[in-house]
Amino acid sequence: MYTQALHGRDTGPIPAEDAGEATRFQARIDAEQRIEPNDWMPAAYRRTLIRQISQHAHSEIVGMLPEGNWITRAPSLRRKAALLAKVQDEGGHGLYLYAAAETLGVTREELVDALLAGKAKYSSIFNYPTLTWADIGAIGWLVDGAAIMNQIPLCRCSYGPYARAMVRVCKEESFHQRQGFEIMLTLSRGSSEQRSMAQDALNRWWWPCLMMFGPPDGESQHSDQSTAWKIKRFSNDALRQKFVDATVPQAHHLGLTIPDPALRFNEQTGNWEFGDIDWEEFRQVLSGNGPCNRERLAARRKAHEDGAWVREAALAYAAKRATRPQRAAA
Amino acid sequence: MPTPAKPTPAMPTPAKPTPAMPIWEVFIRSRNGLAHKHVGSLHAADAEMALQAARDVYTRRGEGLSIWVVPSAAIIASDPADRDSLFAPTADKIYRHPTFYEVPDEVGHM
Repeated sequence: MYTQALHGRDTGPIPAEDAGEATRFQARIDAEQRIEPNDWMPAAYRRTLIRQISQHAHSEIVGMLPEGNWITRAPSLRRKAALLAKVQDEGGHGLYLYAAAETLGVTREELVDALLAGKAKYSSIFNYPTLTWADIGAIGWLVDGAAIMNQIPLCRCSYGPYARAMVRVCKEESFHQRQGFEIMLTLSRGSSEQRSMAQDALNRWWWPCLMMFGPPDGESQHSDQSTAWKIKRFSNDALRQKFVDATVPQAHHLGLTIPDPALRFNEQTGNWEFGDIDWEEFRQVLSGNGPCNRERLAARRKAHEDGAWVREAALAYAAKRATRPQRAAA
Repeated sequence: MPTPAKPTPAMPTPAKPTPAMPIWEVFIRSRNGLAHKHVGSLHAADAEMALQAARDVYTRRGEGLSIWVVPSAAIIASDPADRDSLFAPTADKIYRHPTFYEVPDEVGHM
């Protein structure tokens, strides 16, 4: 569902690298060539990608939790089938992304273990609760909408396996946003209670969605290098503005009010200008103090532990079969 | 980053690392008549589970009519460092392409 500009500055050791190799590498990037798994790459490029792709994968998997919360309570079979399909997609997106990270020389198992140990980050947005059915509409419309803004440029990322995973993810993601918007549309045309439920969901998700694009450009620690490597194509603030410009007219269409008294349209630039974002809240959620951080990790750990016997049994069965003499060929 | 108001309690690390599952590469034939194409990879304990997982993960929207799964370890790949010695010789053999040969316009399509 989403990758967030939340990883810190790369502080790992920089091994002595062949200057010729480094120059050839950057020349390939500049020529818009894709880097593939076995190609030479700087150690810092590899580390940056492992961190970004694995955080993205973790976000997909943790992102299944807030929506999974409403599958059994969806208001109709149509909504339930769509939500189930969406949550299943998110699991698939996590898998594509872990697979892309694995091409860089890490294993999925170690990445998952790092998440469960609380050592890995995931998108801040999933640490907010889904209190009403309207939150499922707001997540599809806003969270997936923000994710699409961010992920479309990643389809042209310099690292081949990541770019290809993103192409697949983006294809599947467009239904997610539309199903969310449709939920909001239905609620906004419904009873006054349903309309206020939709407005309440927008009120609670709007600002956290703007935070999804990461810190303002002035504070973003890693953007320059990621831009030079063509991992990142647009700045956090540029993508955030694009999202606001696309979303405000949609909110108007729904008859809902964006919870920002400072919001105004600038005729000259054609942009919707918005108020100040509470970056302290963002920092608190990222450092583990959001409304649901502990709950999310506890749910992931329980699912992982409850599934351990299945993984063990499958491996034991495969090992036993492998030692058996081949009878089929006789 | 400022110090958080409430420190997050240290998470106990899992008792033991998750055991490694073999990796499989997945190939899908999109329509009859087209070759199987690589679509991605997955983890599974054996071939049967790999096929089931490939069906669940890579064919949710009618993407294919046939699936191959191949243990990743069974794939032998060329080394990118050998790119020049392997592929450069084809660049100077333009006579392998039809456009190298001259056919007068009057002769028409050939």
